[in-house]
Amino acid sequence: MQTVSILRRAARALFSIAGAVVGAFALTLLVTAGAFAQQPASVNPTASSVNEQKLLEALGPQGNVGGRVTIPDARSRTLIQPEGRTYRAERDQSAKIGGLSILGILGLLVVFYLIRGKVRITGGRSGETMTRFGFMDRFAHWLTATSFLLLGFTGLNITFGRSLVLPVIGPDAFTALSQSGKFVHNYVSFAFLLGILLMFLMWAKDNFPALRDIRWFLQGGGLIGLGHPPAGRFNGGQKLIFWSVVLGGAAISFTGYILMFPFQWTDVAGMQWASVWHGILGLVLFAIIIAHIYIGSVGMEGAFEAMGSGEVDVKWAREHHSVWVEKVAAKSGKTAPAE
Amino acid sequence: MARMKFLCDADRCIECNACVTACKNEHEVPWGINRRRVVTINDGKPGERSVSMACMHCTDAPCAAVCPVDCFYTTADAVVLHSKELCIGCGYCFYACPFGAPQYPKTGNFGSRGKMDKCTYCAGGPEADNSPLERASYGSNRLAEGKLPLCAEMCSTKALLAGDGDIIAQIYKERVSKRGYGSGAWGWKTAYKETIAT
Repeated sequence: MQTVSILRRAARALFSIAGAVVGAFALTLLVTAGAFAQQPASVNPTASSVNEQKLLEALGPQGNVGGRVTIPDARSRTLIQPEGRTYRAERDQSAKIGGLSILGILGLLVVFYLIRGKVRITGGRSGETMTRFGFMDRFAHWLTATSFLLLGFTGLNITFGRSLVLPVIGPDAFTALSQSGKFVHNYVSFAFLLGILLMFLMWAKDNFPALRDIRWFLQGGGLIGLGHPPAGRFNGGQKLIFWSVVLGGAAISFTGYILMFPFQWTDVAGMQWASVWHGILGLVLFAIIIAHIYIGSVGMEGAFEAMGSGEVDVKWAREHHSVWVEKVAAKSGKTAPAE
Repeated sequence: MARMKFLCDADRCIECNACVTACKNEHEVPWGINRRRVVTINDGKPGERSVSMACMHCTDAPCAAVCPVDCFYTTADAVVLHSKELCIGCGYCFYACPFGAPQYPKTGNFGSRGKMDKCTYCAGGPEADNSPLERASYGSNRLAEGKLPLCAEMCSTKALLAGDGDIIAQIYKERVSKRGYGSGAWGWKTAYKETIAT
């Protein structure tokens, strides 16, 4: 009897467990059936998938399509960067404008020379000289000048050499030239940076804008009109050149070092930005320097000596830097004739 | 001559990276340089897709346009190749490339780059076909042997297609119409200024 009742109880328990399981299963079935009823008849896996066209439209013209990669190179995460084409267009455009500005300034100077001729010292030299630039002044100037010309010509070669030099000397010689040009450009940049730093430290105090600069510019700096407006150690035009070289040179160096250490501090958009602006600023500064070279050499009598021997004719100094001459004279009058 | 193109069917790509491995092995590409890569978009999210990408051999290639030494050339098959003899490693082609294809071995001081390396569509370079010099500089030249690029040839799901642009576009179109969906020919609009209507 005892065993029968135990068996019966066990059977009853089994049934109730089975019942619960079946019930739960049926419930699950019902729920899933309900869920299935909400699904469309056919499934389109790309309806929710990423789509190139939609991604590009959502990102706009400057957007990149990117994702995850299994290789360590972070740059390879970018799948498509359409702004590569923008970079190409900007580069072409800025090279064109820069090239035209250099040709333009050359043309202007030729016309100016033909009309105005060499700016002479009125009544000729006095024969008496005074020191304008000491050794360090001239060292900083020529350090900057030679490095700038090397950088400028190798840079122009990178931008315009393909269309101007390559057809003349052929691809192999042009590659040899450009390859060495690249190394020159990279290494000489440090000399240029040192040069503008020295010039900034030595000359910045004399290059802050003064009221007399306005008059200097209104009178055309004595270049266009006759007569010489008063000027200090540096006149308005020289101050413009100074700040163009120092600030422009700093900006060119900044963009240049971004290019020299690619992807150290920025992404591909930053590299494109640096490349385009390095070119634009370089071309503009080159155009400015052409004018500077003109007025310091064939354009004006007595000007080259300032950076050549450092000794200028007193008459020239009185014409172009009257305030500075008075200051020097006053100084030497009081103290020993050091200047 | 055919206009060679690549097409990656993102709905078939399973991100196995066999194309990447095949390319590295076939051309003995140096460490740190990847001519081909697989990018996964929306990783881990619904609608995730993987795309195998290398040089797309663009029509009117931007790399060739910005190169200061004019080292690029386009073959009769419309494959964009370059000469490592002429390349000066300036890096401009990487800035202009929409697909991040150009790669540079790191040599020397600063960020100075060596000669650029990129996908050759398994078509070598300007040297004589399959000469030791070509092999050393650019890898093998399968196209000269009548074979298609290895990455596409050995793709296990046939997601990556290589060959005549019209033929692979037709294959893709048929696939899309049969299965009823397709996320498009990735990069075609940027590279060839055309897309496959499906």
